[in-house]
Amino acid sequence: MRISEIRSHLSKFRVGIAGAGGLGSNCAVALARSGVGTLIIADYDVVETLNLNRQYYFTDQVGLMKTIALKENISRINPDVFVITHQKQLDMNNIPEIFSGCDVVVEAFDRSDMKEMLIETMQTYMPGIPVVVGSGMAGWGQTELIRYRKIDDTLYVCGDELTEVSDDNPPMAPRVGMVANMQANVVIELLMNAEI
Amino acid sequence: MKIVLNNRDEEFNSDSVTVSEMLILKKFSFRLRIIKINGTLITKENYDTTVIRNGDNVQMLYLMSGG
Repeated sequence: MRISEIRSHLSKFRVGIAGAGGLGSNCAVALARSGVGTLIIADYDVVETLNLNRQYYFTDQVGLMKTIALKENISRINPDVFVITHQKQLDMNNIPEIFSGCDVVVEAFDRSDMKEMLIETMQTYMPGIPVVVGSGMAGWGQTELIRYRKIDDTLYVCGDELTEVSDDNPPMAPRVGMVANMQANVVIELLMNAEI
Repeated sequence: MKIVLNNRDEEFNSDSVTVSEMLILKKFSFRLRIIKINGTLITKENYDTTVIRNGDNVQMLYLMSGG
């Protein structure tokens, strides 16, 4: 399939991104470059200098809302992508509304309790929408541990499912970027196999 | 009974176990996880009452912080 056909197909779909940190910003950029039509991005944080070791932002964006900064960066890469932003903390009550109409949702939180909440909420209230989870990407090296696993038709996981972020094992650009791009790759595969 | 746990065959001595019992038997202590049995999500509140039976397909996913 040619790149123009791929982009034309992907332009018909809508992908939700829950969190615009290391996973969400890098995954969103990969999906935007690929030509996904609509991205719904939810985050309530601002860009901080420490984020720049792995997140898709720039020094002059420190202090900006991540949603605003990411929308700007995506528009500079592919202005054809329609970006809808939500500046709020996601919870059980607002997730079904924010991600309604999405063809796939990417779980891109940093906190594990938030990951659990998003998966439980999506699988309970929006059981037909596939969720692509990132779990386990702390530190560096251990390239061979990062993997992809399909749990069922609505749940996919990327990461080593092993390493947890801590002060001595921080998230860094290479492993976080690998998992973010694996998530984007799973999304593209799901969308390329989907009819509209 | 025999079940499939994360795509691997597992055998238990009893005819059935609850989700809570399975977590103890398998020494799964990590707190944040998603469990699905035959494609159905089992939330924490139901670990004590949900029974795993012969032939069930159990999927478990650990949620590690970082992103």
